[in-house]
Amino acid sequence: MYVAVKGGERAIENAHRMLAETRRGDPATPELATTQLVEQLTLAVDRVMGEGSLYDRDLAALAIKQSRGDLIEAAFLLRAYRTTLARFGAAEPVDTNAMRVVRRISSTFKDVPGGQVLGPTFDYTHRLLDFSLAAAGTRPEAPVSTTPLAGKLPRIGELLEREGLIEPVVPDAGDAPVGDLTRESIDFPADRDVRLQNLARGDEGFLLALGYSTQRGYGRNHPFCGELRVGRVALEYVPEELGFAIELGDVDLTECQMINQFKGSAEQPPQFTRGYGLVFGHAERKAMAMALVDRALRAQELGETVVAPAQDQEFVLYHSDSVQATGFVEHLKLPHYVDFQSELVLVRGMRVECGQVQAEAAE
Amino acid sequence: MNASSPLQVAPAAGTTEGYNFGYLDEQTKRMIRRALLKAVAIPGYQVPFGSREMPLPYGWGTGGIQVTASVIGPADVLKVIDQGADDTTNAVSIRKFFNRVAGVRTTEKTSAATIIQTRHRVPETPLAENQILVYQVPIPEPLRWLEAREAETRRMHALAEYGAMRVNLYEEVARYGRIAKGYDYPVEVNGRYIMSPSPIPKFDNPKLDNNPALQLFGAGRERRIYAIPPYTKVKSLDFEDYPFTVERWAQACALCGATDSFLDEVIVDDQGARVFVCSDTDYCEDRRKQGFRGAAPDALAATASGAS
Repeated sequence: MYVAVKGGERAIENAHRMLAETRRGDPATPELATTQLVEQLTLAVDRVMGEGSLYDRDLAALAIKQSRGDLIEAAFLLRAYRTTLARFGAAEPVDTNAMRVVRRISSTFKDVPGGQVLGPTFDYTHRLLDFSLAAAGTRPEAPVSTTPLAGKLPRIGELLEREGLIEPVVPDAGDAPVGDLTRESIDFPADRDVRLQNLARGDEGFLLALGYSTQRGYGRNHPFCGELRVGRVALEYVPEELGFAIELGDVDLTECQMINQFKGSAEQPPQFTRGYGLVFGHAERKAMAMALVDRALRAQELGETVVAPAQDQEFVLYHSDSVQATGFVEHLKLPHYVDFQSELVLVRGMRVECGQVQAEAAE
Repeated sequence: MNASSPLQVAPAAGTTEGYNFGYLDEQTKRMIRRALLKAVAIPGYQVPFGSREMPLPYGWGTGGIQVTASVIGPADVLKVIDQGADDTTNAVSIRKFFNRVAGVRTTEKTSAATIIQTRHRVPETPLAENQILVYQVPIPEPLRWLEAREAETRRMHALAEYGAMRVNLYEEVARYGRIAKGYDYPVEVNGRYIMSPSPIPKFDNPKLDNNPALQLFGAGRERRIYAIPPYTKVKSLDFEDYPFTVERWAQACALCGATDSFLDEVIVDDQGARVFVCSDTDYCEDRRKQGFRGAAPDALAATASGAS
């Protein structure tokens, strides 16, 4: 029995100690160093940074170790830490045109200015277990290209924009305030800045399923992967006392621009529209799913009828957060016996009444 | 963090270093207190607030914890209950959290507490004017089961458009011969807003009415705060010919013999034998101290020893 007994406090303490022991595993196996996670489980670290919405590889690795590899639990640890940090301002918009890419592909054109850059991808690997990895080996060396990449790679969207084939990107006024969903509760309908924030830290599995559902006809929007790029950008910030931008450091990002069909409306001729995804680290699946869902959520703005879950703002934004979702699902483990007792009293009463009615009917 | 910062209150001795008194920073507390003031000014109205991510999971009482953290001071005495009991695992965990980050005195005695944080129950012992009852709320919206959309339910509250709720209650009467809600039974506050009392059994609903204590409700995941000021009229929804009633038991508490308290049903052996005991552990203990005895005062001794 885990409730209504004295000794609950000791039981909790002992459970924590057992957790710590189990986390360590067999002491004959060397303990995992967080640097190993940072270097060799980079995609797990990236996912935790993204959903934990805190860019810190070392802390994300620590969280993964502490959570025994439960990535949602790790994101939660990071979030709970992040919330205690002081906010000193918002960064300047990052210039992803100037991204130093390790990977950049477009599926809408055979070749694009700046070239297709495959980079480190699983895409064309054959998914055969590589048994040689089970043993320690040396680090394989990748060949180095002799031709350097262009410094600035234009986005594919910009090329289409010149022809008016795609909706233009109109930047906000530079000083327009950016919503912060970690500080204020969401108002509906939510603006795109808040929606994108929500998606960027949303659960990868949830967004993946929603994005997939749009492809299968639940809010279909005919997507093409206009461009996917992965690389490093500089983060700039303007301190009030200086009045000009200084560089705070670099962050690794994955950006996806979806190009979607739009049949046009009474006011607008047919034109391609966009869905956008931007995520911390190397997270292609997440960035693509995010772009699909972002486009689906623009249904109202583009005059489309909202018919599918992926187009429904409240449905998507209220349920995308893995930390919130896991909390509320798992809280069912907490005692509920008082409410259950109320239900028992109610159902028993109704059954007695029901029996009386049936008995009367039989007479 | 720097203890000399104007946003920090010096932590009490023996509390966790690096965190502000009550865990939340002072700016966050101020934001929450503003929401609380608004909530008190408009009884039963759900005030949106910038709920923070807490080091305890959503669903574990993050709303209640943030409210408590914003109103608690070093002189306060805190009681935490879950299902009416001070020793349920989550109550123990939350009490420990405040002991760690605020270093305040804690108690199991309802009458000795200045702040009582609760999940799913209102204490049996009547509260007094100097007390605050903080409820943990999972779903603050009483209309949620009738209308899933927040934009729509907010509009319904604004226009006091509560027909759907009345129809829902009527349909239950038509179908089951009664209003078939055992807990989270909706109430009307101060003749205006329909409010969720949180998932307390309807047995506790009458205690909300005209209570001398301040009642605060915090929903962390849903980011809402609401309140019932002291001595406010709170009415459980019903019909003239189907008046509101509370649960009754044929049994008395096996431990203390109480017939006026909410009873938990505890299964004590493999054959499904059960005893009924007070859900409010402090109330039950108090009665036993006063010499009251139930039919089987040692009924739970066997299960209690098998604790951890």
